[in-house]
Amino acid sequence: MKKFLLSTAAAAVVAAGSAGAAAARDQIQIAGSSTVLPYASIVAEAFGENTDFPTPVVESGGSSAGLKRFCEGVGENTIDIANASRKIKEKEIKTCAENGVKDIIEVRIGYDGIVFASQKDGPAFNAFTPADWFNALGAKVLKDGKLVENPNMTWADANGELPAVEIAAFIPGTKHGTREVFEEKVLKQGCEDSGAMKAMEDAGMSEKDAEKACMAVRTDGKAVDIDGDYTETLARIDSNKDGIGVFGLAFYENNTDKLKVATMSGITPSTETIASGEYPVSRPLFFYIKKAHIGAIPGLKEYAEFFVSEEIAGPKGPLAQYGLVADPELAKTEEQVANEVTMGSM
Amino acid sequence: MTDVTTGLLPSGRPNADETAKRTKARNAAEARFKLYGIVAIAIGLFFLVALLFSIITNGVGAFQQTFVKVSIPLNAEQIAAAEKSVVKTSKYRAMIEAALADKIMAAGYKTEFTDPRKLGDILSSSAAAQLREHVLANPGDAGKTIDFQFLASSRVDGYLKGRVTRAALAEDKNLDAGHLDLVDQMKADGTVVKHFNWDFITGSDASDSRPEQAGIGVSMLGSLFMMLVVLFLALPIGVAASIYLEEFAPQNRWTDLIEVNIANLAAVPSIVFGILGLAAFIQFANLPQSAPLVGGLVLTLMTLPTIIISTRASLKAVPPSIREGALGIGASKMQAVFHHVLPLAMPGILTGTIIGLAQALGETAPLLLIGMVGFIASNYPDGIADGFLHPNSAMPAQIFEWAKRADPAFYERAWGGIIILLIFLAIMNITAIILRRRFERRW
Repeated sequence: MKKFLLSTAAAAVVAAGSAGAAAARDQIQIAGSSTVLPYASIVAEAFGENTDFPTPVVESGGSSAGLKRFCEGVGENTIDIANASRKIKEKEIKTCAENGVKDIIEVRIGYDGIVFASQKDGPAFNAFTPADWFNALGAKVLKDGKLVENPNMTWADANGELPAVEIAAFIPGTKHGTREVFEEKVLKQGCEDSGAMKAMEDAGMSEKDAEKACMAVRTDGKAVDIDGDYTETLARIDSNKDGIGVFGLAFYENNTDKLKVATMSGITPSTETIASGEYPVSRPLFFYIKKAHIGAIPGLKEYAEFFVSEEIAGPKGPLAQYGLVADPELAKTEEQVANEVTMGSM
Repeated sequence: MTDVTTGLLPSGRPNADETAKRTKARNAAEARFKLYGIVAIAIGLFFLVALLFSIITNGVGAFQQTFVKVSIPLNAEQIAAAEKSVVKTSKYRAMIEAALADKIMAAGYKTEFTDPRKLGDILSSSAAAQLREHVLANPGDAGKTIDFQFLASSRVDGYLKGRVTRAALAEDKNLDAGHLDLVDQMKADGTVVKHFNWDFITGSDASDSRPEQAGIGVSMLGSLFMMLVVLFLALPIGVAASIYLEEFAPQNRWTDLIEVNIANLAAVPSIVFGILGLAAFIQFANLPQSAPLVGGLVLTLMTLPTIIISTRASLKAVPPSIREGALGIGASKMQAVFHHVLPLAMPGILTGTIIGLAQALGETAPLLLIGMVGFIASNYPDGIADGFLHPNSAMPAQIFEWAKRADPAFYERAWGGIIILLIFLAIMNITAIILRRRFERRW
């Protein structure tokens, strides 16, 4: 309050011209995955409270957008850390290197579950398998032993045990890291399970082409890409009682009064089932540090060490409380951060 | 022309009957039109009232917050031990939880929980930082027992505001219905209180795990610094450009082209200015990201056409006789403009500027691209230069950010932020109206 009044008064008195030369940046800048954003902001806040460094700035925008900004180059007007809900790609490492970002430290902070949830009072979507999702959303599916353009209009068409309501799935858009996990662990898996993959290969497709065809989503409006955040998906589900959305576990746990979650292959998603690997749809979360910025931006290494400390990212820390599945190999990550081990040097 | 059946008199004019009929039809048309107008206004008013009603009912809760009173014995050894650890706040947290458990035992509240950690779930995670701040600021308090008022966790707060129900907590792992029984008892004897929360208006943003602590104050400062940049750049540039175009520039193809372009620029979607700002100010000029200075520059570009158009209109409204009179008694053209025309046009210019600023204040889209949306407004700027260059957010960007966070408690804060933003906009628009009423001259 007092600080607020002081700076307001100061701002009002002095004219705008006195901004002066740009001072060296003393605040860490982070951007990237909106899935990692809550965790990063919790750590940033605690970091500001526990150290003399200012609270880092965390922006969202998606893993790909964050890594793109990360790879723009080295220097004060580029970000120091990119959050990602997927591993950095070879292509991105190459772009980074071309722009002078050569030494990247990869930090795995833990795991996140991807859950499938529908309106609390909606139809009984209680149990799914990857094959159900593939049959509902795949571009080409197996019908009576033949590969055809997806003819399924209701979930009951995909699997007779599911409710006979129109398919309306809200899945993350392609700029989200979550989409990739959804394609890999649900669509591709479902494609294999339903036998469509084998049918594609038998039809003369190479394995790679078949995989790609497996992960293609139908484009007739039954599957809706959500480019925004999970709140947008929640709003769509709120207004469509037959809708099913893809969420992060932490988001679902904050909105249990509105959403009901479905099991995947018979397993209920929870931090325990994800940590044990029973729940099939989970993915590691990462952040990437520019090594060149360590030393130039005050507090950067301290932030990374603080993030992966047992008290923060461990199973009893505030991140696990919020919904992160703690990484059993956290101690190893801690050591790597302390020694500034870069990618490719291992 | 003897055909009377058409209702015309032989002279070609309508007869009395026909006249009355036509008059009636015209009057009816007028009455209908009035009715359409009234219906249109009523629809507009209905939407306005519905909007204000939903904003106020949703947002007013953000101004109230629930607090828990706890007395904590400060022990010098415990503090020294806590300060040595890496995550110091977790040690302070343990002190608070122990004190809370003691208090619950002493007061004889009935509860099924015995673990202090579990009991501590009713407190915001900001409590530890609040305690540590107090301890660092008042080292002399070691050994005393100090009374604190900590924020309650967002779900306890939501329960007292009617947002969280016992049924909703069934699947919630952050809080149990048993906590609510405890809160009911603590509320009955005044340990849990709900009162006006200044920190919502003056505080900084908080992370996703503690919506109860989030405030809009820092982003308000961000908006203030951006508005200063807009005011000090857009007003002089805009006025100079309009005076030149209106009073000095020759009328030729070039000035026509410029005029058309200014009018077009006013209609460009604001996100385009954001992309331009990212390319020109951050990537080319190397200005810092997320800085209110850059935000202000982008909004200046957006506001300039509005100011130029309104300034030119008010210069045009000054009658030529004033200019001619000044020139006639020997004033130079510049003297005529600055001594006579500009002062008379000033109320109109200021009105246009204020409306332009109000527009800029509510703008979010360009700020998305220059990194002003996210967990950013977490530090108060130290001083003026910092205020311009330090990463900060702006009010509408902060509201947008809150609206997309997972915890529903942030949603209430987004509405609360909208109320504050609307108050600012109303003040600015009312100022513009008053200025126009008081100083405008009619010729």
